[in-house]
Amino acid sequence: MQLQVADSILVQNYISGDEKSLEILINKHNQRLTSFIYSKVQDRAIAEDIFQDTFIKVIRTLKRGAYNEEGKFLPWVMRIAHNLIIDHFRRNKRMPKFEGSEDFNIFSVLGDNKLDAERQLIKDQIDSDLTLLIEELPDDQKEVLVMRIYKDMSFKEISENTGVSINTALGRMRYALINLRKIIEKNNIVLTN
Amino acid sequence: MEQIYPKQQNKCKLVKAKPESIKLLLQYSKALNIVNHKGLTFENNLN
Repeated sequence: MQLQVADSILVQNYISGDEKSLEILINKHNQRLTSFIYSKVQDRAIAEDIFQDTFIKVIRTLKRGAYNEEGKFLPWVMRIAHNLIIDHFRRNKRMPKFEGSEDFNIFSVLGDNKLDAERQLIKDQIDSDLTLLIEELPDDQKEVLVMRIYKDMSFKEISENTGVSINTALGRMRYALINLRKIIEKNNIVLTN
Repeated sequence: MEQIYPKQQNKCKLVKAKPESIKLLLQYSKALNIVNHKGLTFENNLN
């Protein structure tokens, strides 16, 4: 009889340095995760790539000690895979390929650039979420980020308006982005369209 | 009783990642070394 060890124990063992636990975790969820990815992308090679990228993210997060055992392991992994699948389709949307199938529709390539109603709603939601997140930043970083992104000012103009050097403005922008990412990761916020 | 099964089969298929992919992940994991220094995290690949 094969003994099933709980994911949380395997994760803890792996974080403590037991590489074998990772192998067990991967093998345990291999079929479920790969089938999930394949059901979305319908391509074995792409499914394989996304599977690998998913676990690379898992490994890095676990090794960095950034994993939060609040949720369950598998739903967390599935969420990472889901986000990577979205990234894959987004990349393909930017570079549409001609598949040459019978049901090819010329309008899928010639469509206008406007978002449809649903995507527009999602975009508006993301924009408003982002505005709230920016409010969490320290004032000096917020000021530079707003000038650069929302007012489209150059770093030279920002430096003149705020009375700091261009390098300081660049540094503040960099930290603003790093801190935004941290807030997003900390709160498990998904900003995707 | 009338058969109401759809003609088209479900596209869902059970697939597994290849053993080579798993081997690569395990090697990546073994080679990855994370160092924390004064609150900063560094990633080293020992390959």
